[in-house]
Amino acid sequence: MQKNLLIKSAVIVGILLVFVYGIFGIPSSFSGEGLKEAVLKNIRLGLDLKGGTYLILQVQVNDAINAETDRAIEILRDEFNKAHITYADISKPDTNHPETVVIKGVPLDSGSQVRDIASSKLQEYTITQGADNSLILTMNPDHLAQLKSDTLDKSIEAIRNRVDALGVSEAPIQKNGMGENQILVQLPGVDDFSRVKGIIQSTARLELREARGEYSTEEEALKAQPGGILPPNMVLLPNKTGDRVFLVSRTSVASGTDIRDAREGTKPDNNEPIVNFYLNPAPAKKFGEFTRQHMEGGPDPARLAIVLDNKVMEAPTIKSEIDDSGDIEGGFTPQSAKDLAMLLRAGSLPASLHYLSTRTVGASLGADSIRAGVKAAIAGMAAVLLFMLIYYRGAGINADVALILNLVILLGFMGFFGATLTLPGIAGVILTVGMGVDSNVLIFERIREELRHGKAPAAAVDQGFNRAWTTILDTHVTTIVSAIILFFVGTGPVSGFGLTLIFGLLANLFTAVFVSRVIFDAVLNRKARGEALSI
Amino acid sequence: MEFFRDTNIDFLGKKWYFLSFSLVFSVAGILSILFWHHIPLGVDFRGGTLVYVKFAETPNNNAIRAALDKAGLHNAKIQSYDVPSANEVVISLDLKETSEADLNKGKADIINALETNPVPGKKDLNNSDQVGFDTVRQALIDKNPTHGSPADYENMAHAVINVRDNVKGGVLSSLDDLKGAIPDAALNALKEDFYTGNFGVRNSDVVGPQVGGQLQKQATLAVGFSLLAMLVYLWFRFELIYGVAAVVAVFHDTLITVGAFSLTNQEITLTVIAAILTLVGYSMNDTIVVFDRVRENVKLMRRESLAEIVNKSINQTLSRTILTSGLTFLTVLSLYLFGGEVLHGFSFALVIGILIGTYSSIAVAAPMLVAYTDWRARRSGSGAAVLPTQGKGAGNKGKVRVKV
Repeated sequence: MQKNLLIKSAVIVGILLVFVYGIFGIPSSFSGEGLKEAVLKNIRLGLDLKGGTYLILQVQVNDAINAETDRAIEILRDEFNKAHITYADISKPDTNHPETVVIKGVPLDSGSQVRDIASSKLQEYTITQGADNSLILTMNPDHLAQLKSDTLDKSIEAIRNRVDALGVSEAPIQKNGMGENQILVQLPGVDDFSRVKGIIQSTARLELREARGEYSTEEEALKAQPGGILPPNMVLLPNKTGDRVFLVSRTSVASGTDIRDAREGTKPDNNEPIVNFYLNPAPAKKFGEFTRQHMEGGPDPARLAIVLDNKVMEAPTIKSEIDDSGDIEGGFTPQSAKDLAMLLRAGSLPASLHYLSTRTVGASLGADSIRAGVKAAIAGMAAVLLFMLIYYRGAGINADVALILNLVILLGFMGFFGATLTLPGIAGVILTVGMGVDSNVLIFERIREELRHGKAPAAAVDQGFNRAWTTILDTHVTTIVSAIILFFVGTGPVSGFGLTLIFGLLANLFTAVFVSRVIFDAVLNRKARGEALSI
Repeated sequence: MEFFRDTNIDFLGKKWYFLSFSLVFSVAGILSILFWHHIPLGVDFRGGTLVYVKFAETPNNNAIRAALDKAGLHNAKIQSYDVPSANEVVISLDLKETSEADLNKGKADIINALETNPVPGKKDLNNSDQVGFDTVRQALIDKNPTHGSPADYENMAHAVINVRDNVKGGVLSSLDDLKGAIPDAALNALKEDFYTGNFGVRNSDVVGPQVGGQLQKQATLAVGFSLLAMLVYLWFRFELIYGVAAVVAVFHDTLITVGAFSLTNQEITLTVIAAILTLVGYSMNDTIVVFDRVRENVKLMRRESLAEIVNKSINQTLSRTILTSGLTFLTVLSLYLFGGEVLHGFSFALVIGILIGTYSSIAVAAPMLVAYTDWRARRSGSGAAVLPTQGKGAGNKGKVRVKV
C-alpha cells in the first residue's frame, strides 16, 4: 500500500513536471518577464487576443476547369483537322459548368471516330450523345473533384509562399468550410492590411503566347480577319491600359508554373524597372523551339505576347532564339516590380480569388480582452477554490490541488500541441474549472453519503469513487463529444474553444479521479483506524 | 459544512407547475422569435460591415451621423459600445451595402467619412487600416533621422505601434504621445509624414452573404449533430427513452436561451453559438447525473414505483446539483461581470443556460421519463420493461384489460 502510493505520487509529480515544461519550456530567465516570454513562446495567442487579420477567400475553381477544358478543345480541333472530321462548333455553353464541352455538327458516320479520339487522347472525359446530333464531352467526376482539390491545394501553397515572402511569421492558412473551395488565412499582427490584400489576391498568372496582330479596338481586330471571325485557336486580349487589343493564341507556350526564378531589375538603356524571369529546363526547350520557329527571318515570324492575368504586358518581336529567360517591361515602379518578381517566384495562383470576409482585430482590443479574460478567470477560480475549502474543509484542499493541477495540464497540453488560445478559449478554461469542480463535488457528496450510512472512512472513499466514476465517465464523454463537434465544425475562435474544452476535460478525468484518489489514500494512510475524515 | 441533508421534496408532484413555467418561457421566446425581434443574428451570420471606432474625445453621434450621411451612407447604424468613458462607437452597415465584389468598400467609406480634417500629403497614424508597423518602419528608414541601422528603426516602429495600440488603447491624441518612446529626432521625422486623426479603428468585421449563410448552416449542423451524438450515446448507455428525455430537456434549454436573446434583442454571434453548445453539454451533464442515480436505484429499490425512485434520486443528487450549478454559475458570473464587452453575449448565454439547464434536468427530463414509462406501461399492459414496478404494474394490467 505504502509503496503503491509512492509510485502513484511519483507518476503524478512526473506528469506535473512534463506539463509544466509544456507551458514554460526552458525559460531564459526566471524573472517575471522571462517567464512571460517563455509562456508566450509555447502557448500561441489567437488573433482575437493578439490582433491581426482573418480573411476568407473564395477560390474560383472554375478558372482552373476552364483552362483544362480549353486544352481539351484545342486537342479536339487538332485531331479533327488531322482526321479530316468536319464540325460546326465546339463550345462550352454553360458558364457554370465549364467541365462540359458540346461538339456540334459532326456527321453521323464520324461519331465512332470522335469516340476513338476521345478515348485515346482525352481519357479524363466521357462522351455522350446530346440533342440535335451533338456530342457532349464531360469531365469525369473523379477527375473534376481531383482538379478542384488540386486547385485549392495549389492556391493555399501559393498564398503561403506569398505570405512567407512578406515576412508574416506563422500565419495559419487552411481550407475553410465544407467543400465550398474556400481558404481561411490568418495574419497575426498584420493590421495595415491594404498592401497585403493586393498581394494575396493578385493571380500573377504569367503566360507566354504567340501574338499575331495589334489593333486599337476589337471591331478593328475583327474586321481585319478573313470573314470577320477570329481563327478558332486565337483570342483577343487587351493590353495593360486597355487602349489596344492583341490577337494572341488561345494556349500558352510557357506559363507561371514553368518559372524557375524571377528578379526585379532595370533596363540598361533607361534604368526603367523591369522583371527578369528564368524558365525551367523542359519548358525552356519548348520555348527555344517556339522562338526559333517564330523569330524574325524564321519559318513563321510572329511576336511574343507576355500576358499577365489575361492582360498583354508587351508584345516584342523575337529577334533571335531565346531559351530560358526573358524580361517583362510595362511601366513598373520599383515597388511593383519587386512585388511582381516576388509573386512570380512564389508561384501563380491556379485560379482567381475573391474575398468573402475580412475581420481585423486591433492589437489594442486584443490586449483589453486578455486583461478582462484573465481577470475573470482568476476571480472565478479564486471564488471556487475558496468555496471548496470552506465547504469541504480537509477534502477541499484535495479538490483545490486537483483543480490547479487540472489547469496546469490543460495549459501544458496547449503548449505541446501548439494549440492557439483564443478569447472563447479563455472562457473554455473557466468552464473547465466549473466542470472540474463538478467531478469533485460528485465524489465528495457520494463519500459523505456513504459515511452517513455508517461506513468506515476507507470504505466510504472507496465506494464514493467507484459509484461516482460511472457518472463522471458519462458526463465527460457526452461533453467531449460535443466539444469535438465544435472543434471540427466551428471556425477560428470557436474551434479553439472546442479544443480547450477537450483538453480540459481529459485533464479533469485524470486529476479529479486519479490524483484526488491518491491524496485521499495518502491521508487515510496516515490516520489511525476509525479516525474521522475531514470532508 | 453542509447545505442539504436528507431532503425529501416531491419534485414530480410539482410537474404541472414546472410544465406551466417552461411553457410560459418557451412560448414567450417563440412568440418573440416569430413576431417581435425574431432571432437577432450577429454580423458573422447575417453578413454586413461592422467597424468599431474609438475616438480621442467623447464622440458626438450627431456629428458622426452627419459625416456618414454626407458620404452617402444613409442607413448606417451608430451605437455606443462599452462604458461611455471608452469613447467607443460601433458603426454598422447592412448586407445590402456590403458588396461581395468590393468587400472592404463600406469599411473604407466609413473611415474616409470620419476623417474630418485630413492633412494633405500626410498619413493618419491612428488609421490602423493603412498605417501599421511596416509603414512606420519604412518611413523611418527613408528619413534616416538618427543615422541608425534598420534594426534600430524596426525597434522604434515597434515602440510607436506599442504606444498607439497598448498604452493609448488604439488612439493617439497627438504625435507628442510618442515622446520618450522614440528619440526626438525620429519623432520629428515622423511628424513630417504623419498626423493623428481624432479616431482609430479597433476592430472591423466585414462578412459577405455567402460566408454568413454558410456559418448559419454550420452552426445548425453543429448543434444538431451534438444532440444526435448525445442521443446515441445515452441510448447505448441507458435506454432510448433516457436519451430522448435528455435531448428534449436540452432542446428546451436551447429554445429558452435563444428566446432570451430574442426577447432582450441581443445578437447571436458565433461565440454565442459556442456558449449554447457548452450549455447543451452542461445541461446534459446534469441530466445524466440524475439518470445515473435512477439507474442505480432501480436495481436497489424493486418495490417502489418509478415516480418514487426518480424523486428519491433527484433528492439524493440535489446537494451535488445545487453545489455544482452554484459554482459553475459563480465562474460564469465572473465572466459576465469582468470578461469585458467582447464576451458579453457569450457569458449572458451561459448565465441563462446554467440556470435553465439545472432546472430542466429536474423539471423536464425526469418527469418526462416517468410520464413515458407510465404511458407505456398502461398501453402495453405488460408493465414497464425498464423499471418494473410490481404493485402499480399489476394494477395497470388490470385497467388495460378492462379497456380491451
